[in-house]
Amino acid sequence: MTVKQIFGSMEYGPAPESAAEALAWLVDQGDRFGHFINGAFTTPGDGFESRNPATGDVLATLSQATQADVDAAVTAARRAQPRWEKLGGPGRARYLYALARLLQKHSRLFAVLETLDNGKPIRESRDIDVPLAQRHFYYHAGMAQLMETELPDRQAMGVCGQIIPWNFPLLMLAWKIAPALAMGNTVVLKPAEYTSLTALLFADICMQAGLPKGVVNIVTGDGTVGEMIVAAEVDKIAFTGSTAVGRRIRKATAGSGKALTLELGGKSPYIVFDDADLDSAVEGLVDAIWFNQGQVCCAGSRLLVQEDIADRFYTKLRQRMDGLRIGDPLDKCIDVGAVVDPVQLRSITRMVEANTAGTMYQTPGPLPETGCFYPPTLITGMEPSDPLMQDEIFGPVLVSTTFRTPSEAVSLANNTRYGLAATVWTENVNLALDIAPKLVAGVVWVNATNLFDAAAGFGGVRESGFGREGGWEGLSAYTKPTGKPRAIKQIEPLHGSGAPTDPIDRTSKLYVGGKQARPDGGYSRPVWGKSGALLGHASLANRKDVRNAVEAAQSATGWAKTTGHLRAQILYYIGENLSARAGEFAHRIDAMMGGRKGAAEVEAAIQHCFTYAAWADKFDGQAHGVPIRGVALAMKEPVGNIGVLCADEAPLLGLVAAMAPAIAMGNRVVLVGSEPYPLAAADFYQILETSDVPAGVVNILTGSHAELAKPLATHMNVNAVWSFSSTDLSGIIEAGSVTNLKRTWVNNGKTHDWTPTNARVCLDAATEVKNIWIPYGE
Amino acid sequence: MTTLTRETTAQLPQVSEPRNPGMDLDLDWVRAVQANTSAIERRAATLPGRRSVKKDWQAAWLCRAISCIDLTTLSGDDTADRVRRLCAKARQPVRADLLDALGMDGLTVGAVCVYHDMVATAVDALQGTNIPVAAVSTGFPAGLSPFHLRVAEIGESVKAGAKEIDIVISRRLVLGGDWQALYDEMRTFRDACGDAHVKAILATGELGTLRNVARASLVCMMAGADFIKTSTGKESVNATLPVSLVMIRAIRDYWQRTGYRVGYKPAGGISKAKDALVYLSLMKDELGDRWLQPDMFRFGASSLLGDIERQLEHHATGAYSAGHRHAAG
Repeated sequence: MTVKQIFGSMEYGPAPESAAEALAWLVDQGDRFGHFINGAFTTPGDGFESRNPATGDVLATLSQATQADVDAAVTAARRAQPRWEKLGGPGRARYLYALARLLQKHSRLFAVLETLDNGKPIRESRDIDVPLAQRHFYYHAGMAQLMETELPDRQAMGVCGQIIPWNFPLLMLAWKIAPALAMGNTVVLKPAEYTSLTALLFADICMQAGLPKGVVNIVTGDGTVGEMIVAAEVDKIAFTGSTAVGRRIRKATAGSGKALTLELGGKSPYIVFDDADLDSAVEGLVDAIWFNQGQVCCAGSRLLVQEDIADRFYTKLRQRMDGLRIGDPLDKCIDVGAVVDPVQLRSITRMVEANTAGTMYQTPGPLPETGCFYPPTLITGMEPSDPLMQDEIFGPVLVSTTFRTPSEAVSLANNTRYGLAATVWTENVNLALDIAPKLVAGVVWVNATNLFDAAAGFGGVRESGFGREGGWEGLSAYTKPTGKPRAIKQIEPLHGSGAPTDPIDRTSKLYVGGKQARPDGGYSRPVWGKSGALLGHASLANRKDVRNAVEAAQSATGWAKTTGHLRAQILYYIGENLSARAGEFAHRIDAMMGGRKGAAEVEAAIQHCFTYAAWADKFDGQAHGVPIRGVALAMKEPVGNIGVLCADEAPLLGLVAAMAPAIAMGNRVVLVGSEPYPLAAADFYQILETSDVPAGVVNILTGSHAELAKPLATHMNVNAVWSFSSTDLSGIIEAGSVTNLKRTWVNNGKTHDWTPTNARVCLDAATEVKNIWIPYGE
Repeated sequence: MTTLTRETTAQLPQVSEPRNPGMDLDLDWVRAVQANTSAIERRAATLPGRRSVKKDWQAAWLCRAISCIDLTTLSGDDTADRVRRLCAKARQPVRADLLDALGMDGLTVGAVCVYHDMVATAVDALQGTNIPVAAVSTGFPAGLSPFHLRVAEIGESVKAGAKEIDIVISRRLVLGGDWQALYDEMRTFRDACGDAHVKAILATGELGTLRNVARASLVCMMAGADFIKTSTGKESVNATLPVSLVMIRAIRDYWQRTGYRVGYKPAGGISKAKDALVYLSLMKDELGDRWLQPDMFRFGASSLLGDIERQLEHHATGAYSAGHRHAAG
């Protein structure tokens, strides 16, 4: 075309970014890669080809890690870890700072290589992925610097196995490696097999930075390598990827004592109210669902539009779709690049073809003849019951329905198994700040979407996983409390044959929904004291009692909306009433367990009530300093319904110490009292009854921990299960938790430190951090 | 599932657009307008990274930018000779040898923009071309002279041969939310223009908020503006991308509801070829190709042309250019 013709047509024309430097780097490496283990690349072994999805061209040959490779990597990491931790925060900070600088120095190379490997537009890798990755290292260099002064009660976990996805290869690497290294861990990381090249370039950077050998190890390969890492002698697994694989990892690590964080899928709602700036909301969707070809776990993929503006909004949206440019990802003038692999393209195509509902519109115009391309797609007129409204597509496909009122918007938004992110568009600050806390999600964006920063935690609730990456809240994923817990021995109930201490029959009941309830099974067991005397009978709860208790807890969700002040008052009142009957409780404990430690335990339980009453209105969130004109509010929200298998060795304290932080934060609890010494738990409901605790907030069961652990762990309306039982239930609970990927906090057969100075550990377990991004400005 | 497809019936290029007749003031519409500043700023900030034109495309786009320039001199020390020099530049904005190298011919700027006293001189100097003369009017730049004099000024400029009148609105009417008065003022100005096209200068830097910019844009279009224009060039903040986004989205809404296309003129502060390309891509992406023609889009600029000339010489020769190699305007 001549200049004059273009003058007439005003087309964009090609604007290619050169791939020369990136291709030259691949050639320099021999186009073949081994693994990065103990500070050096291994000799390339048998493997697989890494292709450019936009062209199908082979970029390099990668090695498939063997068990020996994984073992070598883990061994190297294990050997390097103590010295790395001992180097101290400021020492590690210098390395992290060097990595950040090197990422910055080679930013264009990283961006081009990422685009070649993944198919995402160069604009995104250049302006989003790579700068955010740098930022993550800078930010965590700071966290390393501050660790010793700001987190004196935390220590490194050890060796972390990290498995990352193909949608943001370098950025996910940064999210995993930076906080792990900052906190003194060493890592074995596996990039996705489609997109390993920037991880290997990062390995090169690690050598340039002079990072001590074995601190970072990178092994390549498919899912079987991931399984090897999960099974390896590591202390923690961090995974980002699909919910299905997340479940398998949860199951595989159950009972192993390995810490786990999962960042999984989503079907995030994108809510547009009728008073929104509609043009900006349309533009937001470009960033929500057509960013990275929609292959974003937190993509705003479920559009909810207020009925009265829906037609206008859809018209604007379709017009905007017409302007999206699809094609060569290396072109600087492209909005939508290539899907990562033919497998993913087929998956998207199949899901959309199987859909029979709604009205579909796709960006017109031809797609590139070769390569993995899928047109931006909008399907309106969907119902929540349509599979595409529930299932994650992981492609550039937006599905939509309408709502009438704010409360309907919330209920539609939350009608999902996932809970990763949500977006709200309204010019009404009251509406926005009312809706944001009600959305079940780890991240909420107000009048914006897909904003990320190292200073604000990212992560989900429900089946979108658990754990946060970024911010202060993200550090708990890579640290554990200092101190060495001792092994716990299973405590068996005492037996006797003595006469009842009181001729009047004493059979304690269960406490469900604010009422005393007989056990569903109709069984109870005698409880003998140390002296052999019969102290009474305790009800034996079964799975149906669990069901009833959870039902009661679910009906008490209003507790979450009460003020911290009110919850504090009630906890103080519980403490006060316990204090009034301290002698009686102490006597009961002594009678059950023998000895004379009852009075001290009661005193400790009262202290816990007061401590968590104190915390109820003080465990504040944060306003993160994110680099926008606005704030990211890290709000602490209750986890939901928590099931607790209480400590056996401290029948009253174990119960109160778990209950108090949970209800202080607005959770509802189902407490299974000490199994060998159940009567203190049963006595305790009388305290609750006189302390203004609303029905259903605290439910108490007694019975076999082993029997009740599974129904609690698998119950899909239970959001977390904690176990401090002396029965080894950690594996059962963690394996059972896969049903809804509930949070678990289990003792792995170790004691827990119940001193009130350890309160933050409990409070953290009792809360989820939700980051609400609120850009502002008029 | 049903599938919607875009109607792609081939349309003949529309040579001249029907003038926007305006409409009754629709206050419900005006008051419902929203403009989310942060979101608009984000879109504006990422646009330059999303769109890029290179090589021949860049040269062609820069020529297009020239064809959309309102070459402007609005100085107290303007003289007839100064204006004649500007008009000569308007006729031949780029050196002939460079145009030859690009294969371009007949390239002129979009208009010459002067104060009333220079209209006759400019009209005379542009005889034999199709380049219209635009006059800034109505007590430019503050718009605070007596109303009847502002209206009369329009008539004088039209009589002197101006084909386009750039009026300034009364900012106080926007700041006071007196939309009816703004509408009436704009209506009166439009009527006074007769066949001359009227550009409404909003002086966006003095309107306080983007929401006000959006509302003032709509009211002026309802009152019959042919163009809406950001600024006089005399405010401390002139054309910006966020303001432009707000105004062209208002133009799009107005077009979709009424069927009439209104033109857009960013003015002040656009001095680099690169900025001009960003503005063109903004128009193309938000409004479509029809708004890349000089009857729908103008740059109000005085120094932009010089930078574009240097870029074009670089394109033609491969060597970076210098200002003195191009004729002064």
